[in-house]
Amino acid sequence: MSKMSVDRQGVFQAILATIDELNETMPDNCKLDKSAETRLFGDQGKLDSLGLVNLIVSLEQHVADQFGLAVTLADEKALSRKSSPFRTVETLTDYVIEKLTDSDNG
Amino acid sequence: MADRQVMVITGTRKGIGRFLAEHYVQCGFDVVGCSRAPSDLQMPGYRHYCLDVADEPAVKQMFLDVSRKFGRADVLVNNAGIAAMNHFLLTPLSTAQKLVNTNFLGTFLFCREAAKLMQRNRSGRIVNFTTVARPLSLEGEAVYAATKAAVESLTRTLARELAGFNITVNAVGPTPVKTDLTQSVPSGKLEALIARQAIHRYGEFRDIQNVIDFFIQAESDFITGQVIFLGGV
Repeated sequence: MSKMSVDRQGVFQAILATIDELNETMPDNCKLDKSAETRLFGDQGKLDSLGLVNLIVSLEQHVADQFGLAVTLADEKALSRKSSPFRTVETLTDYVIEKLTDSDNG
Repeated sequence: MADRQVMVITGTRKGIGRFLAEHYVQCGFDVVGCSRAPSDLQMPGYRHYCLDVADEPAVKQMFLDVSRKFGRADVLVNNAGIAAMNHFLLTPLSTAQKLVNTNFLGTFLFCREAAKLMQRNRSGRIVNFTTVARPLSLEGEAVYAATKAAVESLTRTLARELAGFNITVNAVGPTPVKTDLTQSVPSGKLEALIARQAIHRYGEFRDIQNVIDFFIQAESDFITGQVIFLGGV
């Protein structure tokens, strides 16, 4: 399948689909809201470290399905950034677009 | 998602990998194989990729294709491996790096990408390859055995990290089998090695297949983090 062009709305939708998938396995008080401001990981985030693993793995699959690109979201640079890209849905959207753009260029 | 179970096997161009690919196609699996060079194995239910197992983009692309075509990966057999016989003092760094890349990093990459696909269905079986050269501490195989020690350690830890996804991770440790891998080893060395086994004979492909069959059968869902050596080593 050919690569599809990367658009912000598409990435956002892939993240929301991932949240839907995660919410199926989470107790009611831990479910994530589907909005750009939703805090994911770190300060006030609802995900623990295993939840973050599930989020990243599931999101990689959704991105692959949607854009036809094999992307690794948990790379060294992402994990060592002072400001984690996994803080909120919005920062995650920015980060995925950055990775997909890099991947396009590669 | 495809109805038939999907098995990914590395290093299927020849030797044990090819035997396993043919065997598991005959058992009803869709088998996805790979090797650096093209394969002449052509049979319904078999699909081949040309790649280096330590090439991350190529491995990721392969699993993306598997995900698109089959929507599942049920079993991974990390068979691909290379050996080198050198006195430690004469082992070039480049040889050590090749061994680490193929034997350890290749196994690591395939485990990671396969497990990502397996966790979608909350089910999977991974079988890694070690060697009797590791517990026997064979002279001349220091780096080869060290890469396999790393594979064993990886196997045990992954067994714990992936248990929550219902993925088991085990390893088989063959004795010498007559393949290209042992062709360059002097026969005297091999005979001495076989003498250290409890059962003094060369391994056969079917011996390895038998252990894999055990690890992947439905009843083995409580078996993980285990390393089974053949020949009583």
